[in-house]
Amino acid sequence: MSESAYERVKLARDKDRPTGLDYIRNIFKGFIEFHGDRRYADDPAIVGGIARLNGSPVTVIAIEKGHTAKERTYRNFGAPNPEGYRKALRLMKQAEKFGRPIICFIDTSGAFCGIGAEERGQGQAIAENLMEMSTLCVPVISILIGEGGSGGALALAVADRVWMLQNAVYSVISPEGCASILWKDLAKAETAAQSLKLTAEDAKSLGVIERILSEKEIGKKEFYDRIRTLLTEELEELEHDPDLVSNRYDRFRNIGTGAVIKE
Amino acid sequence: MAVMNFLKPKNQLEEGGRTSAPIQRDAGEPEKNCPNCHKDIALSRLWANDLVCPCGYHFRMKARQRIQMIADKGRFRELFSGMKADNPLNFPGYRDKIETVRAASGEREAVLCGTAMIGKQKCCLFVMESYFMMGSMGSAVGEKITLLFEYAIQYRLPVIGFTVSGGARMQEGLLSLMQMAKTSAAVKRHSDAGLLYIAVLTDPTTGGVTASFAMEADIILAEPGATVGFAGTRVIEQTTKKSLPKGFQQSEFVLEHGFIDSIIPRVSQKKYLTEILKMHDGRAI
Repeated sequence: MSESAYERVKLARDKDRPTGLDYIRNIFKGFIEFHGDRRYADDPAIVGGIARLNGSPVTVIAIEKGHTAKERTYRNFGAPNPEGYRKALRLMKQAEKFGRPIICFIDTSGAFCGIGAEERGQGQAIAENLMEMSTLCVPVISILIGEGGSGGALALAVADRVWMLQNAVYSVISPEGCASILWKDLAKAETAAQSLKLTAEDAKSLGVIERILSEKEIGKKEFYDRIRTLLTEELEELEHDPDLVSNRYDRFRNIGTGAVIKE
Repeated sequence: MAVMNFLKPKNQLEEGGRTSAPIQRDAGEPEKNCPNCHKDIALSRLWANDLVCPCGYHFRMKARQRIQMIADKGRFRELFSGMKADNPLNFPGYRDKIETVRAASGEREAVLCGTAMIGKQKCCLFVMESYFMMGSMGSAVGEKITLLFEYAIQYRLPVIGFTVSGGARMQEGLLSLMQMAKTSAAVKRHSDAGLLYIAVLTDPTTGGVTASFAMEADIILAEPGATVGFAGTRVIEQTTKKSLPKGFQQSEFVLEHGFIDSIIPRVSQKKYLTEILKMHDGRAI
């Protein structure tokens, strides 16, 4: 836990880290992928479908970066277009209809910044997810497995529980973006990373996440088994919560209230 | 602000049109150059015309001036005015920055909230302030907007919101990002209660505000020529290595792509909003 914040950012971006699909394949059984937002296209940067978690059906959604150069290009390096967020919301609404819990794996430098993405309403797509996820009446658990890049990550993280891998980061802006806007100096990315409080420990102390997941034996069977057990236990608790939706409202409602001065 | 004579009656300028009368001004009267028609316009004349150039260009407007323009005279009651941001992350330079901005703008935060009468219709009103860190959303902005929607639910009132924002306030890190989720959840509750929310997007509405409450209204309007988008143009150019199409992210472009209901020039806004409020009267209250 002694790495600097910027070293954590580099670890979170490491190409050898497990990606969303690795988590889906190793934690769940019988994953069936569903495609498309039913409006415009299928976005390969977001993968979604249904699978079994210890025998029970769940909806799983993951931002996928890919491993090889070819895969990474196909997945747009894990930068979703509006269609990805709309596909995710479609699958979440379907989960709600059939009473399935939702589990999201998040790993993105941010929503894609492109001409087409703007033309097709990137902001609107994210906004709709934030709004609709706030009242889903099934449990939602989101896990940040690598990069949690701003609104593009939050669009899958309006959840009852948000967890982070030990070396994942979660931030309102990339340290490089922050350094270039505030100080016009990319070399200050390290200072920015430190100042933005983007590590898992920071996020936990700010009340933004509930749990930090150890990366011991990352990518091995034990690692995935451990996450499977945690997910199963947590869903058991959430499925019996009669105040699920209002607790989710309060969860986000209370974040940052301590940072406001009332004169 | 020394010049506060915007309460003068409007002159005869037509909406977005031209005036045939030659522009008369006293020697030495302060002027502003219009970035659209490149002419110099006397400030007094601009103020009298709600900061709209005779060519139709909409200059940025301070939040309090906008409230004077939109609310019935003396019928805005400010709420949550004492709230302001702390420096929760001890972000370098943030405290000094915010104190400087407070002194210069005369505002505590980047949004003003309250209840108002607009054309004798009661509503909740929020107006973001471009002169306060370009309307960036930190914890205090998120808290005030959330409180306003909760107030509107309690009293069964419609909400009208004027947005202007560079996005989330990075000096508050994750806490500012979370305000997007928090405000969106409040908008959703207000919507589920069957209440009306109208957003008016003004120049510029971008980033985390576009990706939350700006795009969540029942009716979304924009001012002519306003920049409305998610990502900044420089970032898009760097990412895609392409030059951007003409008018990219202007409200006219966003209208064409189906994301806003209409573009309403300043001169017509009060009448337009009054009419919509009236058409929802009895359902919303």
